[in-house]
Amino acid sequence: MNDWLLFLLVAVPLVGGIALMFFPSRNYPLIRGYSAAVAGVSALLSVSIFFAYDYTAAGFQFTNSFQWLPVLGIQYSLGVDGISVLMVLLTGIVFITGVLISWNIEHRPKDFFVHYLLLVAGVYGVFVSQDLFFFFFFYELAVVPMYLLIAVWGSSTDFKTFLRTKEYGALKLMLYLVAGSLLVWVGILAVYVAGQGDSFAFSDLVSREFTPGFQRFFFPFFMVGFGVLAGLWPFHTWSPDGHVAAPTAVSMVHAGVLMKLGAYGILRSMELLPEGARDWMPALIGLGTVNVIYGAASAMSQKDLKYVVGYSSVSHMGYVLMGIATLDALGVGGAVLQMFSHGVMTALFFAVVGVIYHNAHTRDIDVLQGLAKRVSVTTALFVIAGLTSLGLPGLSGFVAELLVFIGLFRTYPILGAIGVIGAAITAVYILRLLAKVFFGPISERWQHLHDASPVESVAAGALATVLIAVGMLPSYFVRVINSGVLPFLERLTGA
Amino acid sequence: MENLTANLYLLWPEFLLAGLAFVVLTADFFLPAERKNYLALVSILGLAALIIFTTAFLLNRNAALYGGLILIDRFSLLFKVTFLGLGILMVWSSADFVKRYLSHPGEYYAMVLFSILGMVVMASAGELLTAYIGLELLSFSLYVLVSHAREDLKSNEAGTKYILLGAFASALLLYGISMVYGVVVQVGIPAPTTFEAIATYVARVNSLPVSFLVGMALIIAGLGFKVAAVPFHMWTPDVYEGAPLPVTAYLAVGSKVAAFALILRLFAQAFLPAIEEWQTIIAILAAATMVLGNLVALAQRNIKRLLAYSSIGQVGYLLMGIAALSASASNALILHLVGYGVTNLAAFVAVIAFYNATGKDEVADFAGLADRNPFIAMALTVSLFSLAGLPIFAGFITKFYLFLAAAQADMLWLTGIAVFASLISLYYYLIVIRQMYVEEAQVKTPLSLSWVTGGLLGLLTLGTVLIGVYPKPLVDVIQTATKAILP
Repeated sequence: MNDWLLFLLVAVPLVGGIALMFFPSRNYPLIRGYSAAVAGVSALLSVSIFFAYDYTAAGFQFTNSFQWLPVLGIQYSLGVDGISVLMVLLTGIVFITGVLISWNIEHRPKDFFVHYLLLVAGVYGVFVSQDLFFFFFFYELAVVPMYLLIAVWGSSTDFKTFLRTKEYGALKLMLYLVAGSLLVWVGILAVYVAGQGDSFAFSDLVSREFTPGFQRFFFPFFMVGFGVLAGLWPFHTWSPDGHVAAPTAVSMVHAGVLMKLGAYGILRSMELLPEGARDWMPALIGLGTVNVIYGAASAMSQKDLKYVVGYSSVSHMGYVLMGIATLDALGVGGAVLQMFSHGVMTALFFAVVGVIYHNAHTRDIDVLQGLAKRVSVTTALFVIAGLTSLGLPGLSGFVAELLVFIGLFRTYPILGAIGVIGAAITAVYILRLLAKVFFGPISERWQHLHDASPVESVAAGALATVLIAVGMLPSYFVRVINSGVLPFLERLTGA
Repeated sequence: MENLTANLYLLWPEFLLAGLAFVVLTADFFLPAERKNYLALVSILGLAALIIFTTAFLLNRNAALYGGLILIDRFSLLFKVTFLGLGILMVWSSADFVKRYLSHPGEYYAMVLFSILGMVVMASAGELLTAYIGLELLSFSLYVLVSHAREDLKSNEAGTKYILLGAFASALLLYGISMVYGVVVQVGIPAPTTFEAIATYVARVNSLPVSFLVGMALIIAGLGFKVAAVPFHMWTPDVYEGAPLPVTAYLAVGSKVAAFALILRLFAQAFLPAIEEWQTIIAILAAATMVLGNLVALAQRNIKRLLAYSSIGQVGYLLMGIAALSASASNALILHLVGYGVTNLAAFVAVIAFYNATGKDEVADFAGLADRNPFIAMALTVSLFSLAGLPIFAGFITKFYLFLAAAQADMLWLTGIAVFASLISLYYYLIVIRQMYVEEAQVKTPLSLSWVTGGLLGLLTLGTVLIGVYPKPLVDVIQTATKAILP
């Protein structure tokens, strides 16, 4: 049974999504209930895989493999290690909460959930694929539904001086992501050909010898290609625009999970080309530092609540990239935990912003004022996300960022110091936001604002609970992560 | 000289196909008007029977007829079956058009069948003049089909243009053949225009004379016209736009697949030993074709012209398979031909379905199609995503394989350009998709879809997904075909 867990994990949303196409499109309760059931099963599978993963044994577990195209050496082979199992958990959590948050979608809900389920199937597929072809296959599959999800169900930002339509956001996101994936494509082909050209299996390719020159030349294809998805500066500009334009659930999956997919891709490609990776890490850490500062500074100057969250994602992904680039056990471990923590946190952020927008019909920070007096649940949830974001001890963001910082100070102390400044800027814009939007004097306009609905509260509450749980009890998570990160670093540094 | 009738029975499929064409043509004279549309059914059933017969009859036969003029092998078998299948799809997709606009369906279907015969000859030709005859049979049938909307000036213009440029290309091709003949015959190799003789010649001489190279260049140019490779592509958009839609689909898929079957065999069996001489040229042609085709497609406002330029871009990818010629590239090329064929037909049939219901073919007319007929919109989206090379559709694996083959031939730079061209193509496909899903329709009435066209569309969409999800059986068959030309 355990062998089939990962197979099911991908198959459930994929088949579920395809089956949903044949549902009657007017029966809204059926569509919703069915989508929630599919998401629920997937989430249960994710959770059980996470807790069934044996971190003392480490290595790839739940492996299973099927021949797909033997002539090219393509297998559909599945497996998770300590890093990807955490991402599977993250995907499950965001998936189910995303469905719940989208409960009240009225515009063609069937098509929305079909696309949404396929998107998630792609994401799961990437995290569990142990074959470079399928890794890429699912990576692209996750991109396919994005355009319509954003362009059809998204929302435009229209301030007098600043107009970003949802079509613009969708197109920009799509083209950036595909451009990035095409770089990766070239890299994958080069690696395949140079590695005897008989297998796409990850386990085969990591054991092949690539010349240092080859590695140095081709690692940037992966670093930049995946970096686009991870929001690597200066290729990040699709991310705020895309995330803001997307409907809530898609923002949650995209900022919460898909950006991690980029970072995860960088991690995996580092294993493929270890020497090239080592040479390029200083560049990655430099760009990551810019991410942190630039993202935080941009977030500070936004007027749209969702753009603040969008830019804060860019900033937080910077910590992930910096942590990875330290090649230090704590730094990389922290980065992986940050991937998880930021995923849940940003999903919570977008969920709450979605609730506010749904009820207030605006996201303008200058207009929203003193909401705390009227909408207590929404406020509480936003505060938890905000405090996680600025790294308050007791919440997951603190543990993750602390680990990253320790890793940084052990390797690049100066950049570590700059990173801490980024955290300080984050504190400034988050606290300012909380003070203004939630805790200021309430304006007349918001006297009758609705609070989050029960379904929304449950969904967002679950996310907040995860943040607190990881913050309070990080040790289990750290052990699982270490079971993946330590062998990873061993291979990478030969230590 | 062997007895000319010795192996004649191996050509039964060709004879039967020709017979079917004549039956359909003459039956048109005698059938009463209301029964004439049964000719479509007759053609389809005849072709289906031929597929079964050809497969069973030729499955394990290998022969070179008349000193290598016609080759019976797995390669020609695969393409014969493909073309017969294509004929079915072509007749099927034309059914609504013919019923509405033509009073003599027999002529139309007979022309389709003759063109299929031409394709079949092209795929089994082992000699330049035989290939030329097949190509001309195909071309002449297409000239007639393109101008079949007799009352439509655009269709007439397209037909005239196509004849003139087609004849020009044929002349180039013939001139090239004569030069190759002249060079090879001088060293005393018998049957100098067979692929085998050319390969023997190329392998024997140390450096190829200029006259041979010029001959080869002219052949490339002539065939380049037929497949619409840049810089020989100018006729394509006008002809595609002017021709009746089913014929456009047929031009974009049928004539290209057939020409590439010929090109692949020609290069693999005749020119391969001289690969250094032409590899770079073909690679540059490929790069120019995919970049230009896709870039110009960006500016198109008419769906037929958009698909015309997109198909030029696709030719660029296909040429890449020739430039990187090897067993792997040949597999990839054939797989992409099949995948592209199914996908592009799906796209065209979706457009045909839309046109049948509205009579419009501008991209802007597709606004709000997702509300007016979700099925057509979905099918068109699937096929466009497949053309762009996204999973889970056919285009993803076929492109992946093709680009991989180029990378294996140390042409990663070409792969890079191809990948870039794919990105451009995604943009203009998205423009169409955006019209269908995001823009509001001006007229919101639902569009009707006949079960004939709808069924075909469903079948092709399913095929697009199926090849993308599980290509192994197809690849296995293709491998045996490749073995026949590249042992």
